[in-house]
Amino acid sequence: MTEPLLAINDLRVAFATPHGLVRAVDGVSLDVRPGECLGVVGESGSGKSVTFAAVMGLIRPPGRIESGSIRFDGRELVGLDRVDYRSLRGRDIAMTLQDALTSLNPALTVGTQITEVLLAHAEDLPSGRHARHREARARAIEMMHLVGIPAAEHRLGDYPHQFSGGMRQRMMIAIALSCRPRLLIADEPTTALDVTIQAQVLELIAGIRATLGMSVALITHDLGVVAEYCDRVAVLYAGQIVESGPTASVIGAPRHPYTAGLLASVPMLSNLDRRIRPIDGQVPGLVDLPPGCRFLPRCPHAAPVCVSTIAMRALEHDRAVRCVR
Amino acid sequence: MTPVLLLQRVGHLVPVLLGVTVIVFLMMSLTPGDPAEIMLANQNATPAQVAMLRHDMGLDRPLMERFVSFVGHALQGDFGQSLFHRRPVATVIMERLPATIELSVAAMAFALLVSIPLGVMAAVYRGGVLDRLATVGALLGVSLPGFWFGILMLIGFAVNLRWLPVSGAIDFAAQPPGITGLMVVDSMLALRGDSLMNALAHLVLPAITLGLPMAAILMRVTRASMLEVLRQDYITFAEAKGLGRGRIIALHALKNGLLPTVTVAAMETGSLLGGNMVVETVFGWPGLGRLVVESIFVRNYPLVQAAVLLYAVTYVVVNFLADLLYTVLNPRVRM
Amino acid sequence: MISRLGKLLPDKLARLAGLGVLAFIVMAAFAPLIAPQDPAATDLFRRLQPPAWLDEGDWAFPLGCDALGRDILSRIIFGARVSIFIGVVVVLLATVIGVMAGLAAGYLRGATDRLISGLVDVLLGFPYLIFAVGLMAMMGPGVLNMVLALAYKEWVVPCRLVRGETLAARETEYVEAARAMGASSLSIMVGEILPNILSPVIVVGTVRIAQVIILEASLSFLGLGVQPPTASWGSMVADGRAFILDAWWVSTFPGLAILLLVLCINVASQAVRDALDPRFHD
Repeated sequence: MTEPLLAINDLRVAFATPHGLVRAVDGVSLDVRPGECLGVVGESGSGKSVTFAAVMGLIRPPGRIESGSIRFDGRELVGLDRVDYRSLRGRDIAMTLQDALTSLNPALTVGTQITEVLLAHAEDLPSGRHARHREARARAIEMMHLVGIPAAEHRLGDYPHQFSGGMRQRMMIAIALSCRPRLLIADEPTTALDVTIQAQVLELIAGIRATLGMSVALITHDLGVVAEYCDRVAVLYAGQIVESGPTASVIGAPRHPYTAGLLASVPMLSNLDRRIRPIDGQVPGLVDLPPGCRFLPRCPHAAPVCVSTIAMRALEHDRAVRCVR
Repeated sequence: MTPVLLLQRVGHLVPVLLGVTVIVFLMMSLTPGDPAEIMLANQNATPAQVAMLRHDMGLDRPLMERFVSFVGHALQGDFGQSLFHRRPVATVIMERLPATIELSVAAMAFALLVSIPLGVMAAVYRGGVLDRLATVGALLGVSLPGFWFGILMLIGFAVNLRWLPVSGAIDFAAQPPGITGLMVVDSMLALRGDSLMNALAHLVLPAITLGLPMAAILMRVTRASMLEVLRQDYITFAEAKGLGRGRIIALHALKNGLLPTVTVAAMETGSLLGGNMVVETVFGWPGLGRLVVESIFVRNYPLVQAAVLLYAVTYVVVNFLADLLYTVLNPRVRM
Repeated sequence: MISRLGKLLPDKLARLAGLGVLAFIVMAAFAPLIAPQDPAATDLFRRLQPPAWLDEGDWAFPLGCDALGRDILSRIIFGARVSIFIGVVVVLLATVIGVMAGLAAGYLRGATDRLISGLVDVLLGFPYLIFAVGLMAMMGPGVLNMVLALAYKEWVVPCRLVRGETLAARETEYVEAARAMGASSLSIMVGEILPNILSPVIVVGTVRIAQVIILEASLSFLGLGVQPPTASWGSMVADGRAFILDAWWVSTFPGLAILLLVLCINVASQAVRDALDPRFHD
């Protein structure tokens, strides 16, 4: 098996709050392999976004990485100094956020916002201020074309509010990809969009992944999206991974009751004949959690053994699950 | 901004300016008693002299007619005669105006240069030592009576330490040839270093006194607005792009965070203009503010009226310009 | 309500400031009992006498004497009356007028709103102190004139606030319901809307008292406010201006009184704000 591009091992991230320490990420381990698309699924508060904020080095006080390791291309990122991290972000690992409207700076032209990444990172730009800027501009236009923004050269001087919702999302992707990173973290790329544009954006990411040969970590709460676009999937619940494995296999035969519950709550081709039903109960608060399975209060198959600590258990075909069943 | 929108904005300006003029006019016209008699009260004027003044001031004509003539003359820069100076009001005001402009600009510059960096740093290092100091400083700044603070500084720096002059805008010997009337500018135009240092030394204490409350308020506004901006998604995205902290704060955050500062700075120009009278009185500054106060005591009403109108129009125009600046800085409202 | 009051003074500083405000109010109310000397009694032998702890000081005149030999401490104690009276009366008057105008503009809208908002815009065109000075110049000095000169502009502050809140409240369900039940405009404004927007009005009013006190002191400093022999902090600072070379205490102590009172009000009002209006929180 090839060496993973990103390897997260037993990561713990905690936030100090007035109500106590909230461990938003509690022992998460996952890999993103070269060229693959990993779906990271969970409800809000499951720790999926915090995990990747940690990868980007964007955990700020009162948050803190307590323990664990994040290795990118063999290099340890936990404890990496600020300057090294900065040269990694945007160049080797890029990230898009949920809502392009709030993620693009309203006071700067999109041209400024895309060329600044190139000027900050690209080492092969020509020397000389003027030439550097001209080359950065050319590459920005190229990338905007790649993400399907028409008449890109005329839009560099525009402000984000002058773009439509779908074009804004494309612009954010173009900015993230401008240095041709090896890993793209797409945090809920479709949540803020209309259904029709959702598909376009996902197709775009899939297409560019193939063109640039990069890996993608697709963070979403939508198993339907994962089923269609991801090679493998990791399901998070209350700060822990509860199930992982190849997408087809996990969705075809979920082993964790939470995954099964999620599947049953999403309309998909595989379950069109069945009734859609939401999972009963709520995600537990993350303060002072008891040991044992965190899904226990909502689980239809709860057993006495579930109150003891449940570890991730490897199954055949590259799968793993945190359940005794 | 399109010319149509600009015209619209100017269109809003006109009724406000007219309203301001009406109030200034009424302020004097509705004075209890006869202004002419009050103005000549200490001068043993004969009834004939009073009647003549009444006629000169137009007090024997109907209110409406007087207003129209007031506006008509005001538009031509004619505010009547300053009886005390025996010269046109406009001329007297123009003589005193440069000193007031110089002081106000210096105070504004002081306020902006202190408040914006402090407010930004306080927000970036929220809860740190600097933030606490700045917060306490801002509270003191808005609670200090300016005239008293000025006197304390005089006692400290001018009387006891003798570092800075006690009063005036410049020493007589150092006075540069008058071109603009702004001592700092004239000194530079005349290439006279001694004059420049002398003028700046005179400017320090009054400018700080006048600018301090504004600095305090702008510091608070900048801090609050930067705190708000720093937790926006676009800052997180800028960090995810691997940009340097300096660029994120100085460009991404500041360009949005300064918008409220611009608006409030324009609003606070009002306290700066009002503060002129107090600070010029404390520091013996030869400006318009002190002239107004002096004129009140000699019942030089036409001058007071003209000066109040000038201050109000300046204030309205400053806010109008700030509004335009806001539009330029904020692409979302610039269409 | 009890828990709200419990949060009213959350920390020691706010408590201290509240006590400070209270102390000033007591001082003003019982000035004749507290003041060691007659504030108007002149004694040329005590002209510019230094504070008690300096050479030639006298503990009967703790903060020294002014140019007419009057006891500075006693004048400060009596001066509190002027500052607090004007601060409170101007803000009260302005609040009553401003609330009525704001309610009318925000609820009735139309021509009423255009008239009131127009007047507000025009008054906002004047720098505050310039406006007050202009009026005082015409009306002449005195406490009553000063109250009027300040209130003529001060009402704009609560008016704008109340107008905005009323415009918002007008569209809420409880107002809709009252209208559907046939309540009159007046009873909706006073009975339904006013109680719901009172908190921010009170919050802003407390802060404004501090600002009005500074304005009053500024007017008195310029000689346009309270006239001698009545003691006012602003005019006391002005009196001392001529003696900064050899009698720093004449100006210093009255100004310190202004600073302390205004500071206490500002700190205490911040606590009131935090307790009454959760929207202002960070």
